[in-house]
Amino acid sequence: MTEFDAAAAAVQAALDAGARYADARVMHLRYESMSARNGDIEELTQHESIGLGVRALVGSGWGFHAVPELSDAAAREAGRRAAAVAAASARVPGPPITLTPAEPAVASWASGCAVDPLGVALSDKGDLLVRATGTARDQGADLAEGLYQIWDTRKWFVSSEGHRIDQHIRECGGGISATSIGEHETQRRSWPSYRGQYGTTGWELVESLDLAGHAARIADESRALLTAPECPAGETDLILGGEQLALQIHESVGHAIELDRILGWEAAFAGTSWLDLAQLGSLRYGSELMNVTIDPTIPGALGSFGFDDEGSPAVRRDAVREGRWVGVLAGRDSAAVAGLDHGGSVRADGWARLPMVRMTNVGLEPGPHTLDEIIAATDDGVLMDINRSWSIDDRRLNFQFGCEIGWEVRNGRRGRMLRNPTYTGIGPLFWRSMDMLSSETVPWGTPNCGKGQPGQIGHTGHPAAPARFRNVRVGVRA
Amino acid sequence: MTGLRDAGATELDVAARVVELVREVAGPAAEAEVTVVRHDLALTRFANSFIHQNVAESGVSVRLRVHLDGRTAAGGGSLVDPDGLRALVGRTLTAARLCPPDPAWPGLTPPSSVHSNGLLDEATAYAEPAARADRVRAFVDAVGGLEAAGYCRTSYRSGAFVNSAGQSAQGRTTEAAMDGIARSGGADGVARLCAGRLDGLDGAALGARAAAKARAAADPVELPPGRYEVVLEPAAVADLLQNLAWYGFNGKRHTERQSFASPGAAQFDPAVTLVDDPTYGGEMPFDLEGTPRRALTLVEAGTTRGVAHDRRSAAGAGTTSTGHGTPGGSTFGPVPRNLRLLGHTGADDAATGPVPTVGPVAGGPAADGPVAGAVVDADTAALVAPMARGLLVSDFWYTRVLDPKSLVITGLTRNGVWLVEDGVPVRAVRNLRFTEAYPRALGPGAVLGLGRRPVRQPDRIDGGWWEGPPLRLASWNFTGGASG
Repeated sequence: MTEFDAAAAAVQAALDAGARYADARVMHLRYESMSARNGDIEELTQHESIGLGVRALVGSGWGFHAVPELSDAAAREAGRRAAAVAAASARVPGPPITLTPAEPAVASWASGCAVDPLGVALSDKGDLLVRATGTARDQGADLAEGLYQIWDTRKWFVSSEGHRIDQHIRECGGGISATSIGEHETQRRSWPSYRGQYGTTGWELVESLDLAGHAARIADESRALLTAPECPAGETDLILGGEQLALQIHESVGHAIELDRILGWEAAFAGTSWLDLAQLGSLRYGSELMNVTIDPTIPGALGSFGFDDEGSPAVRRDAVREGRWVGVLAGRDSAAVAGLDHGGSVRADGWARLPMVRMTNVGLEPGPHTLDEIIAATDDGVLMDINRSWSIDDRRLNFQFGCEIGWEVRNGRRGRMLRNPTYTGIGPLFWRSMDMLSSETVPWGTPNCGKGQPGQIGHTGHPAAPARFRNVRVGVRA
Repeated sequence: MTGLRDAGATELDVAARVVELVREVAGPAAEAEVTVVRHDLALTRFANSFIHQNVAESGVSVRLRVHLDGRTAAGGGSLVDPDGLRALVGRTLTAARLCPPDPAWPGLTPPSSVHSNGLLDEATAYAEPAARADRVRAFVDAVGGLEAAGYCRTSYRSGAFVNSAGQSAQGRTTEAAMDGIARSGGADGVARLCAGRLDGLDGAALGARAAAKARAAADPVELPPGRYEVVLEPAAVADLLQNLAWYGFNGKRHTERQSFASPGAAQFDPAVTLVDDPTYGGEMPFDLEGTPRRALTLVEAGTTRGVAHDRRSAAGAGTTSTGHGTPGGSTFGPVPRNLRLLGHTGADDAATGPVPTVGPVAGGPAADGPVAGAVVDADTAALVAPMARGLLVSDFWYTRVLDPKSLVITGLTRNGVWLVEDGVPVRAVRNLRFTEAYPRALGPGAVLGLGRRPVRQPDRIDGGWWEGPPLRLASWNFTGGASG
């Protein structure tokens, strides 16, 4: 019995049990991670799972059931159970459900990969982390940590509308950090970012990061931060590095434009959105420099795929154009509720989880400047880089971010290093204050986006470059 | 591929078979530990007052850790047929051989007795979707025309552990949880409860509570930032417990000097007693390394008594495991996930357990007044009544650590905040952002009152929970408004 056969059997069983629509995903997931600490390997984990998840629509109710096996009997039972769960939803019914029309694709897709990450010898991968963390430790860091992660995912998707799609998606990435511990606080520096850099690509990404080459520097900086002056409190011009801006986009744009949040479907947990669909196409989200795209077609970026988990093909769309809000992340059912004609942004993190609206690659198009030009044009401000903490309210308006490191900017020059830099603001006011944007774009990957109940971890991409924002409140502290 | 039930094999059979396979392939010198867990999880989710997501999953996971020739590797999977188990063993042994040495290997758990907590409820384990939907129906009906959103969740775990040193254990556990909000014109009220049995969840009572809070939260006003005295309801207290557990009472972080915890020191107010008690429901009676789980006192009457350890962190600290081995623990460290802040009559509560009921209070000193419904239980009312001026806070949201050692955290209020004057909630307040050091907020002299009835709050992942009564604190640092 092939994976497609199992998925098709599940779909048919759901239809036989009364579903008017059903789809099924078989997923074969392979995961590997290794962490190192102070020059020693700390943990190596490999995980492999295969299973099938079925989604059934009965009347106006959805149901989902997942099983860890692919036999014909198990697949059919999963289909029947999904329909039974959907039928139970009718006890608390909602409005009629429709799906935006979709062309039933029959296709195969694989992400680009020069060096298969799982094919690289464990000893080589381990040596890379051992060398980098050993160097940082020798340089004086109290804690030097390194990590890589690899995901190798195969999916087979079948729907009652005729979809039949298989995909092979390989993702990987990694990073290192150096922590220096003082009497009352800790200071950490990371490379290339707090979580590392991740992409839908091969091991060549990790090799390109040159972890060992940056280890001594971040150790030095973490120690220097312990005695650096605290980031001053007040309002000033803020220059953000691209890595931090990527998370700013993720939290204050990406989640806000998720249609399920806008419709209230996430109200009790992840929250809603300050955005109102009535303002789609007219709302001023940010300054005219702000052009945000939803683009799962970017080669190598972490939010890329061929088809989403409803079988919609990857398509690039605008979310914000010249500062105006023009697009959302949607699925076929949420799009139909909103009167839109496309889904395309629905994914699940495994075979046992329900597909839901998810960011793909949500990023800023490049601006006309460079970071050096932005600094040179700033009389009085703070430059902050590499995320350290992040918090945003349930409507995605009020945020506070902390960064690992900051620098004074005075008279167009980078000055003293600052510790514990934080900044806070309100999303649209912040984005409207962006007046300079660099062209030095990097598609940062975020491998830890939590959403949903039961919880799911999403992989998202965020092209971003350094940018300047005017009159931002910085230096918030306890 | 075959599932456990079809194979007729128990979790213990599968775990023992994997240990046997390791011996066959790698010889008697190979050390191996295996955990097998069957997990049935179902969650009925509602929003805009209807069920919009309704899921059920059956899964099985096998986790193998081997130590061979000074090298360690862990592997896991969902394949429990003979070929799948053989592949797991082969893969993990291969990984161990190729890995750099592991000089900190702490060895296997020796044979020791594990006692099941006996907290299994068959009706919860095999609950049908209709049983969850009925509770959702009751919640939705009880909010009286307001919008309702939330979930009802049931879970069942059956697991076993075997290692090559002779330790074996098995256990089963169930959990049920409900978490919902009522929404009234942009104001939300919350009701949340975790129980060992589905019968312990009263959707109507939870809905009524959430609706009362939502109505009381209408027309909020902006309040200037600053330090305020606060009464935190159990949902907000759960956030304190969770962050203290992850960052403060984590043995690895403590050994690395990244935690504030200082065993033997009076770091908290004398009213604070914290116990991690996995035997109290939700968790297996053994951890990932086969160590029996027991209650662990972390803070006793304000004095820090200990931190949580797995075998690796314990070896690093020169002590023994407290039964907190978890997946990923080697990297992040061992985290207590069943933390109880004992109520005002701590010793009595510990003996009798919590009273897992949520419902409106009949009267109470602060139940009426300009904002009726803000206070919905006698326990909270008793803490609000003596407050001259302060805030009543229902819930915290999106709390993140600015500095792990001092445990300075930023986050926001959610699901209702009220200004209290002369013991009476006088106005609903818009959400506020705070930046606060949690240990300092609970420090000596900082706790002005503690409720008598802890209320168990579900974790985002079933099996974990956070339990505390409402809590009155002298000062909480609100750093700004959250309004757009």
